[in-house]
Amino acid sequence: MNRTAIIVRLSPWLFTIGLLILWEAAVHALHIPTFFLPPPTAVAYAFVEFAGPLARNSWITLETTMIGFALAVGFGLLLGLLVGWSRTIYAGLYPLMIGFNAIPKVAVVPILVLWFGIGFVPAVFTAFLISFFPIVVNVATGLATIEPELEDVLKALGASKLDIMRKVGIPRTLPYFFGSLKIAITLAFVGSVISESVASNYGIGNLMLQAQAQFQVPLIFAGLVALAIEGIAMYAAMAILERRMTGWAQRSGFAQS
Amino acid sequence: MSAFVALDGVSHAYGGAGGALAVDALSIAVQTGEFAAVVGPSGCGKSTLMKLATGLQFPLKGTVRVAGEAVNKPLKIAGMAFQAPTLLPWRTTLENLLLPLEIVQPHRSELSRRRKEYVARAENLLASVGLRDQGDKYPWELSGGMQQRTSLCRALIHEPQLLMLDEPFAALDAFTREELWCVIRDLHAVRKITVILVTHDLREAVFLADRVFVMSSRPGRILAEKRIEFPRPRDIEVTFTPEFQDIVHELRAHIVKARQ
Repeated sequence: MNRTAIIVRLSPWLFTIGLLILWEAAVHALHIPTFFLPPPTAVAYAFVEFAGPLARNSWITLETTMIGFALAVGFGLLLGLLVGWSRTIYAGLYPLMIGFNAIPKVAVVPILVLWFGIGFVPAVFTAFLISFFPIVVNVATGLATIEPELEDVLKALGASKLDIMRKVGIPRTLPYFFGSLKIAITLAFVGSVISESVASNYGIGNLMLQAQAQFQVPLIFAGLVALAIEGIAMYAAMAILERRMTGWAQRSGFAQS
Repeated sequence: MSAFVALDGVSHAYGGAGGALAVDALSIAVQTGEFAAVVGPSGCGKSTLMKLATGLQFPLKGTVRVAGEAVNKPLKIAGMAFQAPTLLPWRTTLENLLLPLEIVQPHRSELSRRRKEYVARAENLLASVGLRDQGDKYPWELSGGMQQRTSLCRALIHEPQLLMLDEPFAALDAFTREELWCVIRDLHAVRKITVILVTHDLREAVFLADRVFVMSSRPGRILAEKRIEFPRPRDIEVTFTPEFQDIVHELRAHIVKARQ
């Protein structure tokens, strides 16, 4: 490995550490009080002190997110295939979906609470509602971009629409699908935390709300860090899955150059 | 002898009877085993001709008959290749060749039982176009010329009686193109298959075809027809003879007129 490669490898760590040092130095130099902006060391201390509740609530948030996300994958895939299958369904559903997607999901939480009560279920639903849209759009896009020539070749051979879907449509939509999972998982996470902060007794969102009420500012920040770590981990898991499943679509040297 | 492919007084428009005509009163007859080339200015409805002859589109007026039968559904006895190789990047070259067999009957239902035989057939076909032992590679590991050879093999794997080629060499460099002319020439000679080649390249048309048809600009119809008498097998050297140049020149004059 040459010098540049080593620096590229280390740069995520260097940038993160650089930011933390800057933050720590700024807090001390400008005499910012801890209840306004705690320094990283105070956050780290809170992280250790409240490790138990943080871990427990992180786990709950993770569970909530994963269930909502799994629902979004199933439903999004199905709806995406349906929308990609038929022009009529596409034309009929698209404005509805755009409208639905435009609604801030935090506005839906009260309705979910009305139906399901406070707690786990509204959070799962919020995660699901916020994350299925990119999956639908990407799956439908993959289907819509089948080369017409290839379609002709297959149609002339007597291929049914289902044949073309199975042999060409679905495989070629997979890179779009797995790409959308990276976006969807982060959104699902946002959804469950929103719902937890508004209407739940569990989860990181709720923990941060309680910390705020008790003015434990370092704990609020520790909660944020826990969220960031979880978010990165889930994104990475999806990125790995994407590379595993659709290696054939990732040959470009573009991003490496 | 009756024609293998016969279009008689065919008119067609996209978007129903009100749409602009793509071809109008088009008549063309191609004999069994003949190599026909269709040339014309761009947008003259050559691709429409392909779609009509393979049953992907049906004419508003006139009749289309292939192998003695009126065409009223997509034509399984035809193989097709286009300017873009349209290979599936997630399948190896060999798996790409087997794709038509997974769709067209009767092969489709016999695929699992006769798979070995089909794989052997695909490998032979690859070898015959100079791609021996390349079956395990993915399309993106092949050069443009090799991809186009694969695309030709895919068009031939179900042993069609009619091969439809829509500018299959347009995206290749000059030398690769001439190589592939020879590949097509040999495939035609060995298989005695009827070929309809749509192209912009007059040298290509004259070198390969028994007859060259010149189409008018939109709405397309046949303006002129030229029988090419060079004996077969033809060597690429024939393209540099004065007789060859004269024919190209004559056809070019037709196209220039058609473009006006």
